[in-house]
Amino acid sequence: MVAVQETIERVRRIDVDQYRYGFETLIESDKAPKGLSEDTVRFISAKKSEPAWMLQWRLEAYRRWLTMTEPTWARVDYPKIDFQDLYYYAAPKPKKTVTSLDEIDPEILKTYEKLGIPLREVAMLEGVEPKVGEEDPARRKIAVDAVFDSVSVATTFKAELKKAGVIFMPISEAIREHPELVQKHLGSVVPTSDNFYATLNSAVFSDGSFVYVPPGVRCPMELSTYFRINERNTGQFERTLIIADKGSYVSYLEGCTAPQRDENQLHAAVVELVALDDAEIKYSTVQNWYPGNSEGKGGIYNFVTKRGDCRGAHSKISWTQVETGSAITWKYPSCILRGDNSRGEFYSIAISNGFQQVDSGTKMIHLGKNTSSRIISKGIAAGRSQNTYRGLVTAHRKATGTRNFTACDSLLIGDKCGAHTVPYIEAKNSSATFEHEATTSKISENVLFYCIQRGLSQEEAVGLVVNGFVKQVLQKLPMEFAVEAQKLISISLDGSVG
Amino acid sequence: MPNLKTRPDGLRESPMKQVLAKADAERATGDVFAAARGRLPGVGLVAQIRARAFDVYKRAGLPHRRMEDWKYTDLRALIGEVLPLAPRPDAEALVRAKVSAKQVAADQAVKLVLVNGIFAPELSDIGRVENGVVVRSLREVLEDSATGAMAGLVLSTTSDSAISLNAAMATDGLVITVNDGNAVKRPIQIVHVATGSSVSTYTRSYLQLGKEAHAAIVESFVPAEGASGYQANDAMIALVGDEASLSYIRVAAAASDAVNISSAIIAVGARAKLDLFSMTCSGSISRYQGFITLTGEGTKLSANGVNLVRDKLHADTTIVVDHAVPHCTSREKFRAVIDDCGRSVFQGRIVVRPAARKTDATLTSRALLLSDQAEADNKPELEILADDVVCSHGATSGALDDTLLFYLRARGLSEKDAQMLLIKAFIGEAIEGITSENLRDFVTVETERWLQARR
Repeated sequence: MVAVQETIERVRRIDVDQYRYGFETLIESDKAPKGLSEDTVRFISAKKSEPAWMLQWRLEAYRRWLTMTEPTWARVDYPKIDFQDLYYYAAPKPKKTVTSLDEIDPEILKTYEKLGIPLREVAMLEGVEPKVGEEDPARRKIAVDAVFDSVSVATTFKAELKKAGVIFMPISEAIREHPELVQKHLGSVVPTSDNFYATLNSAVFSDGSFVYVPPGVRCPMELSTYFRINERNTGQFERTLIIADKGSYVSYLEGCTAPQRDENQLHAAVVELVALDDAEIKYSTVQNWYPGNSEGKGGIYNFVTKRGDCRGAHSKISWTQVETGSAITWKYPSCILRGDNSRGEFYSIAISNGFQQVDSGTKMIHLGKNTSSRIISKGIAAGRSQNTYRGLVTAHRKATGTRNFTACDSLLIGDKCGAHTVPYIEAKNSSATFEHEATTSKISENVLFYCIQRGLSQEEAVGLVVNGFVKQVLQKLPMEFAVEAQKLISISLDGSVG
Repeated sequence: MPNLKTRPDGLRESPMKQVLAKADAERATGDVFAAARGRLPGVGLVAQIRARAFDVYKRAGLPHRRMEDWKYTDLRALIGEVLPLAPRPDAEALVRAKVSAKQVAADQAVKLVLVNGIFAPELSDIGRVENGVVVRSLREVLEDSATGAMAGLVLSTTSDSAISLNAAMATDGLVITVNDGNAVKRPIQIVHVATGSSVSTYTRSYLQLGKEAHAAIVESFVPAEGASGYQANDAMIALVGDEASLSYIRVAAAASDAVNISSAIIAVGARAKLDLFSMTCSGSISRYQGFITLTGEGTKLSANGVNLVRDKLHADTTIVVDHAVPHCTSREKFRAVIDDCGRSVFQGRIVVRPAARKTDATLTSRALLLSDQAEADNKPELEILADDVVCSHGATSGALDDTLLFYLRARGLSEKDAQMLLIKAFIGEAIEGITSENLRDFVTVETERWLQARR
């Protein structure tokens, strides 16, 4: 079946030409010399006043990176990246030492204001009406770490979080202030040798967020990082490390935008999540990097390695992503289900338009007993884009009693685009039960029957079921984009193909 | 190059080892081709095609896990080297082959036997070939200068290196032509019998089914008594004409330490009907790869298969269905039953080209794991480039359902009988797609044989 008109209109509204965050902030910045060498690595490390062990760690990663080659297995196509033609570090020039928000360069504040990111705690606390277009009823207290090019410019609600014992700060600060935590966990989920881009990131990462939630603590508010690339010809390499200690809970949100430019820019981030016994991490992303113009010129190359380690028993990691931006997306948020009875979830909506290329999916690696995972992925391709779901589900020989359910649907709008599904399903013991399906009518016959019995049409019923999975997570997204994202999820399932 | 074996052990463990090992294996293969060249039928154009195909193979080498299509079947690691070409079967070998060929003969079928890669007319029912069907051996076709133009078609290759190796080395096979409008009554059965040990065999067959023609082809792979450790590499090239109808059944039962690699390249015309079934039930390493292109509108394809795996068998079934034109329907059902330390791989890819509007394609793959050492790998892929289509796939894997077992046991069945019944039903879902009752029975008997051995 072809897509219904309503769907087409909605997707058009987020077409590449409609990119609303494409402005550039004119601000003086402090950059590392162009190109990449051991000196660049040392420069970044020195800028961050890092301890010697950190520099050593970076240099080892850099040396290993030199021996690696770019991966080519993904279904994406782009000209070779000249890694010497990039700036690996760019930071807004500080006018003086910043002690409060008021002293931050007003240009930066204005940028975030324009993006709709609340950096002013006051406004939030007093419940001042947000500006136009921010009528989201779910809006509430959110701690934000704002990363501008290579540095974190502000982190809000630090004091209140501290009271709860939660550490939320730029990773560069964490390296100095909590070296024992960082040293123990950094690279423990995504090792420096993991893959080409993760290794590059390990060598040159400049900033990102660090979260530690102590045992038994339920993080009192949503944590969020907002990434902004501003400077020309820079690569953004941020690193996020989240540790949820025993019995804790944290929900973390990430958003990203970049100015409209003709050149392609590289973004190679690494995100590591560690969940110990009974801990839960919910990680949500609204990825809206500049996707390039309608002729496919410019845009961000988003080559990201995200992985969560359910290290403890009964732990849970849930990834939610709404992908609408980037010229090329190459990311597979994964869960290593190591602890017995741990659970991994992946909910994804990837919408590609123009000349965008998306190769995204997840990996659920079942190592512990009675582990379970669920994958719900919806890809919508329009224009001349290519949208690929690539996912691995594997059960280790000793991972008895594991379960996985995967459903991936894709929808094509127009005849110049492509939607592809490449699942890898590997069962290495007989008690692993894996189900992979792409037929929407088969989600759950019982639930559908129940809905239909109450007067809903088949399609309405299916829509209700799928939305039920993702909606509760999406409603919690703080950015105004969440409203738009919600509308996108409710896209009719008419004409969806496996 | 220095001989590896003379090197001290320490050196062999160096990172260079792999590189050297690869180079060594390739050199060995090069030797195999050079040594066999004089025995391969065809000169001139045919020899040129062979040399070109071998070049393609040599560049890529044996398929390995870095090649996406061979990800789960790393021949470089599993086989390591290509064995020398099998000699022509002697009288003694033909006697042994006759016994095996008789055992697998399908009811009423016209039997055509290939022994160690060479056509054996004395074991075949050449006299029973029906009117309107022309059967020649590949050797005859390649050596006949009048049919030289056919060489390119018969020896066609893809980017797949196993197929290229087959084109370079094919010693014999069958070239079958069914005239337009001809409905062949009896199934034609091609029986591949391996009689040798530690040798490789290469056959290639070609089938051309004319417009509105109907036919059934059965292909069986069996070892003769005493055959072991051989490598069989076979290919089937088939052209199915407009409004034609073809049933094509393939049953591979290689010796328990043997390698069987079979490829099929099939192009189907308009409003045709193709009914494909493939079963692998023994061997050490088995790979069946089918590449089916639907080139005419309104065609219906059913491609089913079963992997019955036990001991240490590694059975890989890979099916690529390419919808190149609008209004075609394809249905794929695949089942795997895996016992002991067996491993079953299923890769199914559905490609829908931009022009292929109104395509209706579904694929389901299910694996049943009977032991904790068993492994099932599934890769059901969709590659969709047209918007007005209905495509879906489903894949499951798991153990036998305890509640179903309990139900049957409560009705007085023994544990083994209950399992047997459930496995039979599980496989049956794929087998019931075979339209001809005779052939369905033929396949069922083969599966029974596998199940009985489980007792």
